[in-house]
Amino acid sequence: MTARVIADLAHEVRSKNAGPFWVTLEIFARDADGYATVADPGFLDESVIASLYGVPDPRTIQVFRIPELNVVKISFPRPVTQGSLLDRDVHAGQHHVPLALMPLSSSRSSPR
Amino acid sequence: MTTTDAVRILVPTGMLGGGFPPETVTRGLELGADVIAVDGGSTDSGPYYLGAGIAKTARAAVARDLRLLLRAAASAGIPLIIGSCGTSGTDSGVEWVAGITREILAEEDLSLRVATIYSSQKAADLAGLPIRPLPPAGPLDAATLESCENIVGMMGHEPIVAALAAGADVVLAGRATDTAVAAAYPLMKGMPAGPAWHAAKIVECGGQCTTNPRAGGVLATIDADGFTIEPLDPAAACTPTSVAAHMLYETVNPFTMREPAGTIEVGDAVYTALDPRRVRVTGSRFEVADQHTIKLEGARITGYQTMSFTAVRDPHILGQIETWAALLRKMITEWVSNTLALGPADYDFDIRLYGYDAILEKLDPSPVPPREVGVMLLVQAPTQETATAVAKVANPLMLHLPTPDMDYLPSLAFATSPAETERGAAYEFVLNHVVEVDSPTSLFRIDLEGLQ
Repeated sequence: MTARVIADLAHEVRSKNAGPFWVTLEIFARDADGYATVADPGFLDESVIASLYGVPDPRTIQVFRIPELNVVKISFPRPVTQGSLLDRDVHAGQHHVPLALMPLSSSRSSPR
Repeated sequence: MTTTDAVRILVPTGMLGGGFPPETVTRGLELGADVIAVDGGSTDSGPYYLGAGIAKTARAAVARDLRLLLRAAASAGIPLIIGSCGTSGTDSGVEWVAGITREILAEEDLSLRVATIYSSQKAADLAGLPIRPLPPAGPLDAATLESCENIVGMMGHEPIVAALAAGADVVLAGRATDTAVAAAYPLMKGMPAGPAWHAAKIVECGGQCTTNPRAGGVLATIDADGFTIEPLDPAAACTPTSVAAHMLYETVNPFTMREPAGTIEVGDAVYTALDPRRVRVTGSRFEVADQHTIKLEGARITGYQTMSFTAVRDPHILGQIETWAALLRKMITEWVSNTLALGPADYDFDIRLYGYDAILEKLDPSPVPPREVGVMLLVQAPTQETATAVAKVANPLMLHLPTPDMDYLPSLAFATSPAETERGAAYEFVLNHVVEVDSPTSLFRIDLEGLQ
């Protein structure tokens, strides 16, 4: 299978609250090659995450690249207050999907 | 007094009430556990549990876990430490776990000395203290503190150590950092801070740092140079990757972590496999802070909610579900204005299309035409009565609203009768601040009265 999206390179892409005020996303790449792709700042950086997740200020986004684990970890302030009327994902457990389905061909995809 | 070379921490599960095989504890005691530590809390499930002061876990589940742990602690003569009792660590949560504990001790005829540590805070007491925001929060005013239903301070290891030093066999702590619960005993026994805190972080979720997170707990052995970690299920394994990866879990920054007394620094830590099941970790550091800080958590009521839920299977409506939902929003607003004379400032509501884009909404990369869609109406208002009135006004629309091009009224699929479910108070976390304190125990009240 030809890799098309980030999930194709990963053992797991996951998301979770990091306390009530932050979301954290993690890409566990299958191997060093997959890691090299997703860790490339030319492919995935703060501005890409900002557009993918509607984060108003890219400077609040933190990206950690961890080659020992083939992991890229991304944290940013929760755009919607946890448990509020407009929060549809209390644990932020399904917010990995936009990242997992991000096409590998283009780093500047934008949400519909 | 003999010198302690190593301290073995048994962590049976990530959360008291989460369950674990009894063999987990048996195995841990066989391996020479010196202390049992387990976390009883979390903010992960949202602000309700802190705001209402009610536990997320079922009483029977907590009692089941507690019974096994109290028996184990008594039989081995080692302390049992439980942190963030009752999910949020409010005084009501500590009382709840203490009540269950007393019942079990009586039933099992165990004579363990129980200490309780209370972490609830009064707004008036905090108002005069130096309080700083943590990102992304802003400065704190007295009115915000006053608006909270419950406020707790997150203790470090010091109040727990104080309770143990006073002779407690069982420590039931209010809100504590996840790590303090496991770090307290090794620190008390003179183990170095770097390995003690790093090990505490790794074990705080029980088996999460193993290859089979559902198989039960872990045992960490802390000594002068580092720590060793192994799973308590013989079929599970700790690998350098599974252990190192746990630093990512529910953390913003995987390399540094602030505790009340300082910062855990694991950027230089080395993870080595001792054998296929055990991992040795060295190079962990703990940087003592210039200023001791206690993190505050607080939740306030934002309103009262009523929920209603219908569902659409009609392909014609599903073919233009966004148009239909937009019309529903518009019509609810108009009908509520006409019948209840309420404007946008008087109430709020959300329409969620489950099965279509309810979870990610506009962030969803691939909305596809669904086969059926659940339509949730969630109303929030200053009173329960108003929220329910709005939901009742919306009811005929949720039953019969056509798309603009339909010349007949469809009937949609309500899931329940009555259609409205009153959810009671809705809460939000409002504090993301730390208070600077001179003493690590000053905000916490240790009750040794139960000690016989």
